[in-house]
Amino acid sequence: MVMMANRVAYTLDSTLDSVNKVEQTAEQLAVKVGFAEDDLHKITMSVREAAVNAVLHGNAYDPSKKILVAYETSPNTLAITITDEGKGLSEDEVPDPLAEENLLKTSGRGIFLIRSFMDEVHIRDLHPGTEITLVKHVSAPETDAKEQ
Amino acid sequence: MSLKSSTRQVDGITVLDLSGRITLGEGSVVLRDVIREVLGKGEKKILLNLGDVTYIDSSGIGELVSAFTAVRKEGGELKLLNLTKKVHDLLQITKLYTVFDVKDDETAAISSFTK
Repeated sequence: MVMMANRVAYTLDSTLDSVNKVEQTAEQLAVKVGFAEDDLHKITMSVREAAVNAVLHGNAYDPSKKILVAYETSPNTLAITITDEGKGLSEDEVPDPLAEENLLKTSGRGIFLIRSFMDEVHIRDLHPGTEITLVKHVSAPETDAKEQ
Repeated sequence: MSLKSSTRQVDGITVLDLSGRITLGEGSVVLRDVIREVLGKGEKKILLNLGDVTYIDSSGIGELVSAFTAVRKEGGELKLLNLTKKVHDLLQITKLYTVFDVKDDETAAISSFTK
């Protein structure tokens, strides 16, 4: 079976306005792909978290640094890749937000939420910069199984 | 839609009715400011009504945690009321549902504060 994919990409400033645009575009595309309401929320939230990480933790709002956002849609699947120009992200450095000692921390839940909500998450340290790819498949009716 | 808040007093409890989104930026700042303002008045028993909060991101979760610890540090109590399913699920998967005292009935919530 040949999967036809459509890809669009944008280069955006490192601002909160960009985060909102990235989230809104993801929602529009997710609706077109056919995701249900619950999944729409999971997708938009994950994309928002990834965009915030790129703008805030990656590029640190540096006006000279951009984020690249690519959306790829194919039947039943949406993939979003967000790349920043920051110092890079090591997942080993991200504390477990569910550990007792971290429960009352005010940050550090973004990557955890993304992994909870998306079917596939791929993070690459680009030395410098970080690339994160989020993939969600439309769930078959009455099943919520995750495919890796 | 950003976050809006209004404050009312019920039997000595400060009820904050919030509506909109608690996200990085304006939403989180609104929540931080209103908690600071209420604590500044010496009101330490706070019920956050989240019934009309449509969206919370990880920054918003962090702001709720920050509010909880700030109120507790002052010797007060902060409870949550009327969580939407989305917010409920978020608190469940982040294990914060057991940290916060969550209520779904305002009268019962008001009565549950230490007198």
